Amino acid sequence: MHSPIPSTALPGYSQSSGDRLAAKLGYLSLALGAAEIIAPQAICRMLGLRDLAPLVRLYGAREIANGVAILTSHDPEPWIWARVAGDLADMATVATGLRSDNPGREASVLALAGLLAVTAVDAACARSIGSGKGNRRTAVSDYSNRSGYPKGLTAAWRDASDFKAPEDMRIPRLLRPYS
Amino acid sequence: MKALVWRGTEDIRCESVPDPKIEDDRDAIIKVTSCAICGSDLHLFDHFMPGMQSGDIMGHETMGEVVEVGVGAKHSLKVGDRVVIPFTIICGECEQCRRGNFSVCERSNRNKQVADKAFGHTTAGLFGYTHLTGGYPGGQAEYLRVPFADKTHIKVPDGIPDEKLLFLSDIFPTGWQAAVQCDIQPTDTVAIWGCGPVGQMTIRSAVLLGARQVIAIDRLPERLSMAQAGGATVINFEEESVVERLNELTDGKGPEKCIDAVGLEAHATATLDSMYDRAKQAMMMETDRPHVLREMMYVCRPAGVLSVPGVYGGFLDKLPFGAVMNKGLTIRTGQTHVNRWSDDLLNRILENQIDPSFVISHTQPLERGPEMYKTFRDKQDGCIKVVLKPNGDGAFHA
Repeated sequence: MHSPIPSTALPGYSQSSGDRLAAKLGYLSLALGAAEIIAPQAICRMLGLRDLAPLVRLYGAREIANGVAILTSHDPEPWIWARVAGDLADMATVATGLRSDNPGREASVLALAGLLAVTAVDAACARSIGSGKGNRRTAVSDYSNRSGYPKGLTAAWRDASDFKAPEDMRIPRLLRPYS
Repeated sequence: MKALVWRGTEDIRCESVPDPKIEDDRDAIIKVTSCAICGSDLHLFDHFMPGMQSGDIMGHETMGEVVEVGVGAKHSLKVGDRVVIPFTIICGECEQCRRGNFSVCERSNRNKQVADKAFGHTTAGLFGYTHLTGGYPGGQAEYLRVPFADKTHIKVPDGIPDEKLLFLSDIFPTGWQAAVQCDIQPTDTVAIWGCGPVGQMTIRSAVLLGARQVIAIDRLPERLSMAQAGGATVINFEEESVVERLNELTDGKGPEKCIDAVGLEAHATATLDSMYDRAKQAMMMETDRPHVLREMMYVCRPAGVLSVPGVYGGFLDKLPFGAVMNKGLTIRTGQTHVNRWSDDLLNRILENQIDPSFVISHTQPLERGPEMYKTFRDKQDGCIKVVLKPNGDGAFHA
């Protein structure tokens, strides 16, 4: 059945494929962040990155914050784009291990390739969520003809004055002049 | 049959489930002609309410046609009757029901022990609304089993569109009770936070009951335009200070009556205190975001009334209760005693005092319900109220 509403989800589901992927990326952020915080030295050793353990630990905190934001936000799109920005920072850092005298050069190349792939997935996910969104600009923003009073607003004022509020919902008589 | 099924946080699916059957003499089965997504369903969608289980059928705003009646309900229902189903399930016989306090019926919650532990004492069973309130399958489905059906129904006449009657199930009586329990006087200013469906019904109720001034607070232009059409002076909280503007509109004294039609999910990034609440929610240190309650307690005129139809779930932080105590405010809240008001409100619809269908922005087939949850939650496409048609007949937008 045709509808003008933008498709925000898979048919019959409240989530789009982008939403589901975003959740997986959120968990990936948490896992990666935990690894970077717990074992920055081991990561640096493997990639041949000298003296960068404190930076890697900082990246870990960033990943965890990003993962929490993705998993708790109604709209993960900006946080997935934040992951893309983080990926670029990671790549710049790993690229310092490509120097020819680095014994971990091979591992750095592999890590860089992996980061490129993850960045592509992140960007595709963010674009997918963005394109599936309903657009605020398509919102019907004027309901000024929807009064809900068939006889009009003026006639509606006190139209239910015959209603007697039940005693248990009334303010005590002595307080009424002040309330 | 097809039904909308909760599968986890933000995960609702349209699935095939077994048809409901008569399980008790007082049951009836209805074929659903129309149902709606309620703002409080979004608290389940976002999983801020505890007690949901994967596979639960959603929905508590439902109407349709009776297709089967248990022997114990035959004195008041027959096959073919057209009924609106109130969201509160009521026995009609316990002490609370006899007093008209239907939403705290003592017998209809079949998980009474759980509710006793969570709330101190049980409240009524509700359709499609967590296992704390009975875990009853809801009405966003092709068919609905109605427990205590001889009492849990509102008979409605033929010849009137579903759209005019459906909201007798919840949002119209909820808005009405929110206004009634303020005991509105002709000199009163009534401030209403939230211009969603319940807020819109509350505005109309306050106008019909004769408030001198009705003020509505929201941020979305489409909702504010609808509030204005209903007779409210509006405040966009993203553009002006709510407290300052309310004081300006009341000669510096504050509104006599304040109504919270927002509940536990106040806009998370609009104010510092809501951001604080959201952070605490993420760390599981607070369940609700009570920004509106804080603002109402602060701005309400001394000796005034706070009415809270908005749903809250658990434990709230940093409430200025000193202001409540020192100003002598009265707080009235609770789920709606739907059947207490239904006959009167049906008459007001029939007398053309109000046509509740004004609030509908989207009508869709049941299959598109899961998508509409997201559209409604994210306030996309001018969405204010979604009606679903499980048995055909739907595809209408604004």
